[in-house]
Amino acid sequence: MKKSTVRSRFRANKMTVAGGIIVLCLFLAAALAPVISPYDPEAVNRHSVLAAPSLEHLLGTDDLGRDVLSRMLYGAGISLSVGFVSVGIATAVGIALGAVSGYYGKAVDAAVMRFVDIMLSIPTFFLILAVIAFLDSSIWNIMAVIGLTSWMGVSRLVRVEFLSLKNREYVLAAKASGASDLRIILAHMLPNSLAPVIISAVLGIAAAVLVESALSFLGIGVQPPTPSWGNILSAGKDNLEIAWWLSVFPGLAILVTVMGYNLLGEGLRDIFDPRLWDERS
Amino acid sequence: MFTYLTKKTLEMLITFVGITIISFAIIHFAPGKPTDVLTDLNPKITPEARAKLEKYYGLDKPVTTQYALWMKRVVMLDFGESFSSDHRAVWTKIKERLPITLYINIASLLIILAIAIPIGISSAVRRHTLYDKITTVGVFVGFAMPGFWLALLLMMFFGVHLHMLPVAGLKSAGFAEFSFSQKVIDILRHLVLPIFVSSFGGIAGISRYMRGSMLEVIRQDYMTTAKAKGLTPGKIIYVHGLRNALLPIVTILGLSIPGLIGGSVIFEQVFSIPGMGQLFYMSVMSRDYPLVMGILTIGAVLTLAGNLFADLGYAAVDPRTRR
Repeated sequence: MKKSTVRSRFRANKMTVAGGIIVLCLFLAAALAPVISPYDPEAVNRHSVLAAPSLEHLLGTDDLGRDVLSRMLYGAGISLSVGFVSVGIATAVGIALGAVSGYYGKAVDAAVMRFVDIMLSIPTFFLILAVIAFLDSSIWNIMAVIGLTSWMGVSRLVRVEFLSLKNREYVLAAKASGASDLRIILAHMLPNSLAPVIISAVLGIAAAVLVESALSFLGIGVQPPTPSWGNILSAGKDNLEIAWWLSVFPGLAILVTVMGYNLLGEGLRDIFDPRLWDERS
Repeated sequence: MFTYLTKKTLEMLITFVGITIISFAIIHFAPGKPTDVLTDLNPKITPEARAKLEKYYGLDKPVTTQYALWMKRVVMLDFGESFSSDHRAVWTKIKERLPITLYINIASLLIILAIAIPIGISSAVRRHTLYDKITTVGVFVGFAMPGFWLALLLMMFFGVHLHMLPVAGLKSAGFAEFSFSQKVIDILRHLVLPIFVSSFGGIAGISRYMRGSMLEVIRQDYMTTAKAKGLTPGKIIYVHGLRNALLPIVTILGLSIPGLIGGSVIFEQVFSIPGMGQLFYMSVMSRDYPLVMGILTIGAVLTLAGNLFADLGYAAVDPRTRR
């Protein structure tokens, strides 16, 4: 192995580990929230409204006297579940359309790819906003809408993989031995094209977390009293002059979380893709 | 060149129709009727009056007929009348909000290009140096930064603590009495933070792509040839390299336009800027269907226009695409 190869693989591993630790901490915070939260996240306390961070309330309290640290710990679970479920939906849709497009080619491919182009031309945030406001902003609707507007990248990746795999000998052999299209796609081709899908899914979670927090910040995402980082920030905006802690801490949590997923995704990309070992470190 | 343009125009038309169909379908299959909003304000309304309202808006006809009727009027820029109490034409409402959103987006695009391209080139050329490492960390932070949070922090710092910049709206109190130069300075002062926020993420993204693209180009044979000819390093990078490295960037810029337009909802809401994004937020919240459809359509047109510019830019940089 060349020296630069070793160096860039080591660097990729450092990124992956750093990202992995951040994501792990997030999981822990979400799982342990009921145990380690100092207060009930929805408990209103009229005697300590907008209290600055202190030993009693480590990250202060909000405009209803609720403990910010407790709300943020519970918010981690919201952010995590929105991220995973919406990316799960996007990945499933993307794999299905990309596989069909790449496997069958011709008119099917042309139609699916035109649909992808159309979806990519819509200002997605407009679309999400419209749908969420017309439906009600339950967390399931948010997950579904984010998922259904972010599958296009995955479908393109899967299509390209399938185009290059479909004339490989093992695929032709499976076809010759009479395997059904579905079996060839699921059992033979999909497992061989998963690496880019996993990477794009990890990066997709980061994007989904950002969209959810933006929606909640605008007041059409996760609805109070259920805590989410975005809706704490929304209270932060209303109290910008007097309560900096409401704006600083939840935003920092979003930033670190998104960076964690991005580091993990980029690190995995570098590890999986041997073409990158020499060239772009 | 002619067939190229015809093909592009046809593709754009198909995309445009596709976008309007998707938007139309989503809005019309959503539960709740637009007349609910009107009737909620007036609880005494009779079922007959409600039916009359529905008929007036064509809501009793099948969705396909509604779409056809709507499309026929859209071609003549007639998006119908807003459901809100002022009953003004949708196009008039959009027209007065559109310019400010366009100015901010174009200004951010120019700033993104002006900052991101030099950063990308210089970190590609100085790969593995301290400078490259610092910009890489900066890019990771920029990628992950929620725009609205950055906006809050800047408002808190420059507005609340330092009292240096205004934090909301476009004009100060007493704007009407200002002299012309005072007016210009006042508006610019209001625009500094919004434009900074809306270009921040783009700078991170584009500079990263520029770096990757430049690294790809540096390895090519024609770069070695240029070096062998004895050209100066500056000439090699900026004349031979840049032109080729810019190609993928043009495509990515075209793709990033829907994101920029969508993002305007967030920063216009945070900074209380009376642009199209804020109008969209209000129209969605009040279920003003004609206005929502109108803005979605205009957003699609802007995106397609952006893509067209990207394609033309591509053709300008790379003669091969013109065939």
